[in-house]
Amino acid sequence: MATGSDARLPVKAESKALSFYYGALHALKGISLVIPERHTTALIGPSGCGKTTYLRCLNRMHDLYAGNRYEGEVFLYPDGVNIVAPSVDPIEIRMRVGMVFQKPNPFPKSIYENVAYGLRIRQPVRRTELDEAVERALRDAALWTEVKDRLHEPAWALSGGQQQRLCIARALATGPELLLFDEPTSALDPTATARIEELVTDLKQRVTIVIVTHNMQQAARISDFTAFMYEGKLVEFDRTEIIYTNPSNKLTEAYVTGRFG
Amino acid sequence: MHLENDIDKSTSIGMVKGQIQRRKRTDLVFAAGGLVTMVLALAVLLALLGQLVMDGIGRLSWQFFTSFPSRFPTQAGILSAWIGTVIVMMLTALAAVPLGIGAAIYLEEYARHNWVTDLIEINIANLAGVPSIVYGLMALGLFVYQFHLGQCFLTAGLTLGMLILPMVIIATREAIRSVPSQIREASYALGATKWQTVRDHVVPYSMGGILTGLILALSRAVGETAPLITVGALSFIAFLPHPPWQSAFPFFSLQWMFDPFTVMPIQMFNWVSRPQEEFHLNAAAAGIILMLMTLVMNALAISIRARFRARIHW
Amino acid sequence: MNTPLARSEVFRKETDFRVYSATISQFKERGIELLLLLAALTSIAITLGIVGVLLYESVTFFRQVSLFDFLTDTQWTPLFSEPHYGILPLVSGTLVTTLVALLVAMPMGSLVAIYLSEYAGANIRETVKPILELLSAVPTVVYGYFALLFVTPLLQKVWPGLPGFNMLSAGLVIGIMILPYISSVSEDAMRAVPVSLREGAYALGATRMQTAIRVVFPSALSGIAAAYILGISRAIGETMVVAIAAGMQPTLTWNPLEPAATMTAYIVQVSLGDLPHGSIGYQTIFATGLTLLVITLLFNIAGHALRKRYRQVY
Repeated sequence: MATGSDARLPVKAESKALSFYYGALHALKGISLVIPERHTTALIGPSGCGKTTYLRCLNRMHDLYAGNRYEGEVFLYPDGVNIVAPSVDPIEIRMRVGMVFQKPNPFPKSIYENVAYGLRIRQPVRRTELDEAVERALRDAALWTEVKDRLHEPAWALSGGQQQRLCIARALATGPELLLFDEPTSALDPTATARIEELVTDLKQRVTIVIVTHNMQQAARISDFTAFMYEGKLVEFDRTEIIYTNPSNKLTEAYVTGRFG
Repeated sequence: MHLENDIDKSTSIGMVKGQIQRRKRTDLVFAAGGLVTMVLALAVLLALLGQLVMDGIGRLSWQFFTSFPSRFPTQAGILSAWIGTVIVMMLTALAAVPLGIGAAIYLEEYARHNWVTDLIEINIANLAGVPSIVYGLMALGLFVYQFHLGQCFLTAGLTLGMLILPMVIIATREAIRSVPSQIREASYALGATKWQTVRDHVVPYSMGGILTGLILALSRAVGETAPLITVGALSFIAFLPHPPWQSAFPFFSLQWMFDPFTVMPIQMFNWVSRPQEEFHLNAAAAGIILMLMTLVMNALAISIRARFRARIHW
Repeated sequence: MNTPLARSEVFRKETDFRVYSATISQFKERGIELLLLLAALTSIAITLGIVGVLLYESVTFFRQVSLFDFLTDTQWTPLFSEPHYGILPLVSGTLVTTLVALLVAMPMGSLVAIYLSEYAGANIRETVKPILELLSAVPTVVYGYFALLFVTPLLQKVWPGLPGFNMLSAGLVIGIMILPYISSVSEDAMRAVPVSLREGAYALGATRMQTAIRVVFPSALSGIAAAYILGISRAIGETMVVAIAAGMQPTLTWNPLEPAATMTAYIVQVSLGDLPHGSIGYQTIFATGLTLLVITLLFNIAGHALRKRYRQVY
């Protein structure tokens, strides 16, 4: 468990005994996890351990499909709203929590319109403000120089890596407090992967990041904290160095040394 | 090498070879049969179109397009009929589009899996198989007499609108279903509401399929005769409907919606039912125009589908 | 990889894009969902309208004519001074034309379907499919023209005594009309049969025809039966071809070489005339329509049930 100076780190989100059911399937079992602000927290574990399920609880993605049920609480700070409470409108949460998906999924629109969409649906924005916000987001996603001359061309013409950075820009444009990455580089080649990892490392200074990855080396490279999950339970959570060099749990040690998974 | 079964072997091999020959022959005959059937179907189509063109081409002229029906076959024309078709198609689309697309959006995006949804879906499937003349009977009892709309353009549009509604719903649902869930999730993840997602993503990206389905449904409606006869189309209309404008306030007029109406297939039906052969030629000419309308609409639907497919990638 | 990332602030408090009111948004969303639900419910309203109108008028009719007479009287003469209201002549007309149509469409449609599904390469399919689509796009009144003015004279060369209006021409043309429908639904059913089943047969040395007839056809049987049943329903509901080519004389006969009226043609005939609203003659078309609806509904339900079955098997 995180100790010492970590205990004084401000917390962005915290789940308390979060359980989740896909219909009758008990997918998450009482997960209590702290997500420190402006740091990158990685969720690792073998296939089916529930890491993506946990991630999608943080922005109420499961609400889109029938038969899903949350138990427990997830608090988003500084105001302490319970993300999974039925009385809380998921739209409100998704306006504060952004998500980047496994396979790049830009809209079949222009590059500009992809980034601008999140802004358009919030309130009427003047064109100049929109232009500025789009440029800012594309710069922050390290994509601006590559697309600044073709903003109004279709997004699908970009390469896989560029599309994923576009999706990151799209998520950044609306100023989220928490940014969720669901295995963002698993569909990309090594060069594109390296660029995205560099981007994530840079972004965490301004946004709290939670990243799900099945690539342990990636987690070791870019995350500050790592949570190891197994069969729907949280096994261990600590500073990344500690998880990889001196884990407290035998299971964690077996996983990070490659003995299974 | 023990060869005592040589003769037996060669006989059985010979038998098998004979069987194979026979089966190959029947296979060939069967394939030929299938081919012949298709050629027959093609021949019928060509005969039909050929007959139509041969009979009617002589009557196609500017005068034919701009004259009203008349007792004298050579003076008769399709002016009131084709204008009537255009107006009725407009009203049909106005009725079917909001209801059809709205229903499809509800069923695909909003409806939960309960008995109401099942009932609606079964109902739509059934309606698609109801004979078109029954729609005419419904419209006669309901729109013409119960609602006192009379036998007018509005009734015709509503009747055909109801007729093609199941087609529009089914085609729109298929188009909506082809939008992948990743796109929807991306929209929701940005904080969009369900309606925003439908309005900004689902419907625009399925527009190709929706328009294609709509135009194909309208091309069916263009040729519909029976329900409109029942609703009271006249086949001797020697006047145009009221214009949509008027000189007094509010300067537009809806009087034309309540005027008596006729359409192309009804005019053709009327002419082909007459004993005089000259009217048959008129019928053929009207038939050519009708076929052209249908073909143009089908071609339009196909080209729209291709155009939209080129623009959407995921 | 040392491109300096922009040091701009993504989250300026001045431009807070998080303006959102949950209550207003939820209110609006509910309202839109309600509107869409109403659109979806129109389909139920249509069914209620159809059933309501037909029942309402038929009930009045059956107060004056007993159901027994309706179903068993062999004459249909509602406009005579001594009227008879037996629906059998109309039913026999419908039955005979439908049977003729099926004799054409079922074998031809199945052959085409088998050929397209088991034999044809992509080239042939690309050529044949548009032809079949064209056949199904032709308006029924044009088919009626074809039946009266091409098929009947042609048949009269074979049977010189053939009357100008007869059920044979109408039936043959309806057969051609529903052929694309039967072939496409059958073909879908056969293509749904897994390749592994076919490969098993081929591996045993079966020819394509044997595989088609003994393996694919039986496996797709419920789908093919669905195609036949839905084709029957379509033929029963057909109006214009019979109205134009089979005559409008209700006669109880099983001989396709004679003219007769179908249920659908009768409704057209009355609608063309001038029967006063509310008279018993007027009500006969609703009683006939109700009979028509019940028959086609039974076939449609059976057809859809079969179709669902073959879709679920794989």
